[in-house]
Amino acid sequence: MKSFRSMAYPYIAWSMVLIVLPMLLIVIYAFTNEGNSVLNIRFTLENFARFFSDRVFFDVLKRSFFIAVMTTLICIILGYPLAYIIARMKPKSQIIMVLTVTIPTWINMLVRTYAWRGLLEKTGLINSILSLAGIGPIQFLETSFAVILGMVYNFLPFMVLQIYNSLSKMDRSYIEAASDLGADKVQAFLRVTLPLSLPGVISGITLVFLPAVSSFFIPKLLGGGKYVLIGNVIENQFLTSGDWGFGSAISLIMAIVIIISMQITKRLDRDTSSEGGKL
Amino acid sequence: MKKHIFTKIFIGLTVIFFYLPIVYTVIFSFNSSRSLSVFSGFSLQWYQKMFKNSDMMDSIFYTIVIAVLATVISTVAGTVTAIGLSKSNKILKGVTEQINGLPIMNPDIVTGIGLLMLFSSLAVSKGFMTLLLSHVMFCIPYVILSVMPKLRSLDPNILDAAMDLGCTPVQALIRVIVPQITSGIFAGALISFTMSFDDFVISYFVTGNGVNNISIMIYTMSKRINPSINALSTVIIGIITTVLLILNITPIILEKRKEKRKK
Repeated sequence: MKSFRSMAYPYIAWSMVLIVLPMLLIVIYAFTNEGNSVLNIRFTLENFARFFSDRVFFDVLKRSFFIAVMTTLICIILGYPLAYIIARMKPKSQIIMVLTVTIPTWINMLVRTYAWRGLLEKTGLINSILSLAGIGPIQFLETSFAVILGMVYNFLPFMVLQIYNSLSKMDRSYIEAASDLGADKVQAFLRVTLPLSLPGVISGITLVFLPAVSSFFIPKLLGGGKYVLIGNVIENQFLTSGDWGFGSAISLIMAIVIIISMQITKRLDRDTSSEGGKL
Repeated sequence: MKKHIFTKIFIGLTVIFFYLPIVYTVIFSFNSSRSLSVFSGFSLQWYQKMFKNSDMMDSIFYTIVIAVLATVISTVAGTVTAIGLSKSNKILKGVTEQINGLPIMNPDIVTGIGLLMLFSSLAVSKGFMTLLLSHVMFCIPYVILSVMPKLRSLDPNILDAAMDLGCTPVQALIRVIVPQITSGIFAGALISFTMSFDDFVISYFVTGNGVNNISIMIYTMSKRINPSINALSTVIIGIITTVLLILNITPIILEKRKEKRKK
């Protein structure tokens, strides 16, 4: 059996170089500032101090967080009913609807996001339809609305599919049992269906919040050059100003924000599901 | 009954929301004017412009070549690794699975800058090779993830049985193990292809020397409204739709043939 085990060794070596080492580099650079060379390592917290002493960066972090939270909330509000409706359809319609939701995600995000520019432009399709009704033209592009719309558009399928998965796995007899025990439809939903589907919502939140908080091409394409999120700052540090130390520090801060948010969501899940257990 | 209508309207609106941008792109790629809202007539001028633009044609070429190579390499490497891991001890397996999960969990931008610093620190010049290496790097974890569950459901003694009956280890793998995990391998290959084909963020950080994929091309061109982007987008939509159709229809056709043979 040893010969088969060794089949995994090359990948272990490969993952050390291409997965672990880059992560270590980010941490090392975040705490150094001796130009872009690994050889002169000098420990410093300057990069972090710079981030937190400058209001501009802090505002960018706040804005990114706000946009990501809004996107996630809207995805839950739109995605939950959609997933719920799909899960209650006939099996054949379920397959078709799941495909309908999945297909757009296979198509390049950049292509789909760019299309929204044509739709939202002042001379674009939506404004010309609105002008028939005597409204507009409305400035959609370069607003938070456009950025959130672009994110909801790109990430909503992930939320729908996750919630659908947990709803469709659910045993329908639980609901029947609840109504036999005297629960009305609303009670049965709130106390049985909702708590049982929460794991799906939580993994949906992960799949939406994570790319939303770090996205940099959606704000750039739909928010214009002035609309800066944390991802754009990181991009600039690496590709324009070449300050790897500062860029790495910002990435670390972003990672910490993500980890903390995920922990909070998981805790909320644990609290509510323990409550939901008592019928 | 009222409830039913609301449901239908809600579904209709979400389908429009999902597909409007895609349909819009395809239709307006054939527009004869630059207008974003009025379709003034059918024309292929944006496609002509695209075919004449060597940067755009190169980007299509690189996207396809990288996606095919990355899919083949990561499918083989991922399957081999998964088989190896299924025979490894718990600690090694656990640690590798954790590391394997990193590229999937990390935001793309973090993976991208990490690789950028790695390649620059090792003085590897950015271009085709760095792009391919990065794509293989983020595809393998998905292959491993889709092959592992199939391996777990196999009888652990099946390899011994095959070798007791006279198979060499390689034969045992190819004739006994691989046929039983084909669906996992195909799923992994499909995910790899689409991940590589559609990737923007990681590619954007690790490429250089004029090697661009379609996503990077659209990103750099999108600073101005340019209907050629719609033509390029339509090409991508066409390729992915074809791949998906082939992959969804082939199993149905194969099944039907099997049924016919049985008859």
